[in-house]
Amino acid sequence: MSSTKTSPEQHQSNPVLSVASVSVEYATKEGSVKALRHVSFDIQPGEVFGLAGESGSGKSTLARAILRALDDNGSQTSGSIQYKGEDLQNLSPNALRSLRGSDIAFVPQEPAKALNPSIEVGEQIAETIREHQNLSESEVQSQTIEMLRQVNISDPDYCAESYPHELSGGMKQRVAFAIGLSCNPDLLILDEPTTGLDVTTEGKVLQMIDDLIEEFETSILFVTHNLGVLAEKADRVGILYAGEIMEIGATKDVFTNPSNPYTQGLLAAVPDIDRDVEIEAIPGEVPDLSAAPTGCVFADRCEFATEECHEGSIDLETVTPGHETRCRRLETVQSDPIQAELRDARTNYSGSKILEVTNLKKYYGQSSFVDRLFGSESPVKAVDGVSFDIHESETLGIVGESGCGKSTLARTLLQLLEPTAGEIRFRGESIDMIGSRTLPQLAASQSKMADFRKEVQVVFQDPESSLNPSNTVYETLERPLELFTDLTQEERENRIEEIIQQVDLGITYLDRHPHELSGGEKQRVAIARAFAGNPSLVILDEPVSALDVSVQASIINLLRELREEYGTSYLLISHNLGVINEICERVAVMYLGEFVEMGTTEEIFQPPYHPYTRALLTNIPTTEMDTADRRVYLEGDVPSARDPPVGCSFHSRCPQKIGDICECERPELEQAADSDTHTVACHLDEKEMMVPLAEDIEESDR
Amino acid sequence: MSNTKQYIVKRFVYLLATMFAVSVVIFGLANALPGNVARTILGSYATEDKVNALEAQLGLNDPLYVQYLDWLHGVLTLNLGNSIKYGQPITELVIPKLLNSLQLAGVTMVIVVTIGIALGVVSAVKHNGRVDSVISTFVYAGVSIPEFVTGLLLILLLGGPVFSVFPASGYVSPFESVVGWGTHMFLPALTLSIVLMTHVVRQTRSEMVEALNSEYADAARLKGLSRQKVIIKHALRNSLLPTITVIALNFGYLMGGLVVVEELFAYPGIGRLVVGAIRNRDLPLIQAAVLVIAFTYTFGNFLADILYTRLNPQIDYS
Repeated sequence: MSSTKTSPEQHQSNPVLSVASVSVEYATKEGSVKALRHVSFDIQPGEVFGLAGESGSGKSTLARAILRALDDNGSQTSGSIQYKGEDLQNLSPNALRSLRGSDIAFVPQEPAKALNPSIEVGEQIAETIREHQNLSESEVQSQTIEMLRQVNISDPDYCAESYPHELSGGMKQRVAFAIGLSCNPDLLILDEPTTGLDVTTEGKVLQMIDDLIEEFETSILFVTHNLGVLAEKADRVGILYAGEIMEIGATKDVFTNPSNPYTQGLLAAVPDIDRDVEIEAIPGEVPDLSAAPTGCVFADRCEFATEECHEGSIDLETVTPGHETRCRRLETVQSDPIQAELRDARTNYSGSKILEVTNLKKYYGQSSFVDRLFGSESPVKAVDGVSFDIHESETLGIVGESGCGKSTLARTLLQLLEPTAGEIRFRGESIDMIGSRTLPQLAASQSKMADFRKEVQVVFQDPESSLNPSNTVYETLERPLELFTDLTQEERENRIEEIIQQVDLGITYLDRHPHELSGGEKQRVAIARAFAGNPSLVILDEPVSALDVSVQASIINLLRELREEYGTSYLLISHNLGVINEICERVAVMYLGEFVEMGTTEEIFQPPYHPYTRALLTNIPTTEMDTADRRVYLEGDVPSARDPPVGCSFHSRCPQKIGDICECERPELEQAADSDTHTVACHLDEKEMMVPLAEDIEESDR
Repeated sequence: MSNTKQYIVKRFVYLLATMFAVSVVIFGLANALPGNVARTILGSYATEDKVNALEAQLGLNDPLYVQYLDWLHGVLTLNLGNSIKYGQPITELVIPKLLNSLQLAGVTMVIVVTIGIALGVVSAVKHNGRVDSVISTFVYAGVSIPEFVTGLLLILLLGGPVFSVFPASGYVSPFESVVGWGTHMFLPALTLSIVLMTHVVRQTRSEMVEALNSEYADAARLKGLSRQKVIIKHALRNSLLPTITVIALNFGYLMGGLVVVEELFAYPGIGRLVVGAIRNRDLPLIQAAVLVIAFTYTFGNFLADILYTRLNPQIDYS
């Protein structure tokens, strides 16, 4: 993969893009927001320049400033952006139009939204070609098909006639790349091109980017928050924070010798399956940019900051040739860098079982009368017979890609959805509304349900939509106390003040409404609400995936502290194995409604592996600068849960498939050789599952 | 059978079910009305014997469900008997009037759709500008004033007293004179359009504003496409879907509006027929006319659903 990584010194002469001292401001009701301040960098021909930053860093603003497509209230207030020596600000609207899509192309973040839902994707590629190249219609069409082939779409003719909703997420992203590359641009701007994709899909898209770089020799501006992706793909990186470049240099230099406290903090905050460390959060928040900050923008959150950091303007300093950092305390920062600390060994919980789930099933798709009249389709088997238990104070992680049924599982456990079959026992008692036929039975199960609701709480992925926007934080936290406890008004008040401080928010937050909180603060409130009534089990459904890396780390640490304080058990649902690795004692890997592997976290992260677990593990981009591509690529997309493959549900994509037995016989979870707590559902023998990650197993079809 | 076909068949089954329910309601309501049909026909001086005899002849002494089934049979065979007031077969009365009304409705819909969508698009492109506020103001005024006031104002302005440009009443068949047809159609159609336009303009505007701010419109601009292409090809197409629903709903409102407007412009349509029938307690005629109006409305919505499937590839018909 790194064959394309050339040293930047090779072509210093004529940069494709030259960004010099660019500032951008947005006019808002509260005054002007200085989103970018004097940002400078060059991109050389054929170079991949990575721009990393968290939300609010201004990275998207920069991408849009280059395309001269800032929102109406934004304007470039200083500096120049030159494309091949020509200042983009001087271009006429027509010249700009012919440049866009043709010389400078853009691949948007969410292809699901950026592709027009009611136009066939072929036409969406063709219209770009038609606009910029003087070709006959048949040439346009054949070039469209050729582009789809270039981005590894196996049936380009069929794909061209599809509408976006008929394609999977990965296919849509490929189409977006085909549009971007259709006129062979000299500069391609990628805005978070793999964010929102599943890890195995992300792996394939990243691999495709490699191929395209070689094929098209395009320069790339790669904008992302994902440092692991940049570590793999970029030749040089710039770390953007609050509108300023904090550190810039060759990827290898920046990642192996991070010389800015912010970069160091970011790297220490990324959960990584290769390091057994406790991630560390960056304290504080991105500063308000309506006032131009004096001194270092990061000083307020920096543990190295002294008074001089708050004064004057700070210039980039050279660390090594080509590697610069914006820091006055470079020596201290380098001699005593921020690093994540080694994690304590995981506890093995074997106390009483708090939750026992046996053969739980949830099928969707009960058909209506008229549907049955016309013959209905088979139901979607979202959860298809899973069994597990959670011990007191233990955290069980459930990992899987989108569509594997993990969120349905959470909702069914919470009794938000009625299970189709199976049993859920909470502290030994069965939670079962379906079996209640008589009124006294119903009343009994209802009171049991009330207890269950008190004891089992939930934190959802998106605090934006799980907090009632018209309630203050106080009202939000008071509700569970009213419902689940007999506390008096005064006791409730005390409890609310206690819990809000436990989630590291001050009591001043109690009068605020959700819109006055940042994403991380909202999630803290959601966590406080879950913990207010002192539950014994909290279900965490992707609790950090909507948050920035540094905030994510602080939430994970908070969850860890609360668990110690209250002895609560967690069921943590996540697609992010790094997050799972941080906090879980045991892990279950889910695929198409079934568990394919289950064991302690160590057992899951070490061989023997289920082939699917192996694929998940190898596809995670990591910030470690190892160069070997160890990815296991999965063929195709996740099959529909309406019609899952017969036999092993993973056989249609399995790179280690052994033959007929995989297609005919459904493997059961069986004890693996290494431990009696480790189970794997696979027909492979122990030896084949033992192949270490870095070694190539059968090269699969791309 | 493809999913789309299956969907259309399914919709059609729903259409029939709806019509059945509507027929029951109409029949029930008509029978709940006070007054005796036989006495209405014979007049207040008829003897009790004669009334009883006619009741027997009309089947009014049968149980209600038998009466209903008789009536339903009549509906399905297009043999609804005679109007009490006019003595003519009801089918002969209703069908020409219905055709007249459909012409008025059709012309109205054409005006509403073309001008409404155009104004909506212009508002959205210039959104929050001066043109937008002017359009909004007029459009709101249109919906705030009831049809009979708008109609009267139009008659006063264009139908005589001020400018005598258009005839204020009556109907001319297009086979006699196309110009006459158009001029007679103009004022009632305009009156109805002004009221109905609002929803279409507002809906198109808000959908267009959203579409123009969408990421796909943004992506289209960043491909280097021209402004017109972004507006027409990328934004408008997606904005039309909800507008079609609004238009279909408007169609129901239109059928109601016809009653007022036809009365006002002395337009010989089904609305006017219903008003006359109610005035005369012409029960069989009321039933038939209301059923026809209900059917037209339901069928209009059925057509809208089908059109929707043509335009929106995303609907999952299964």
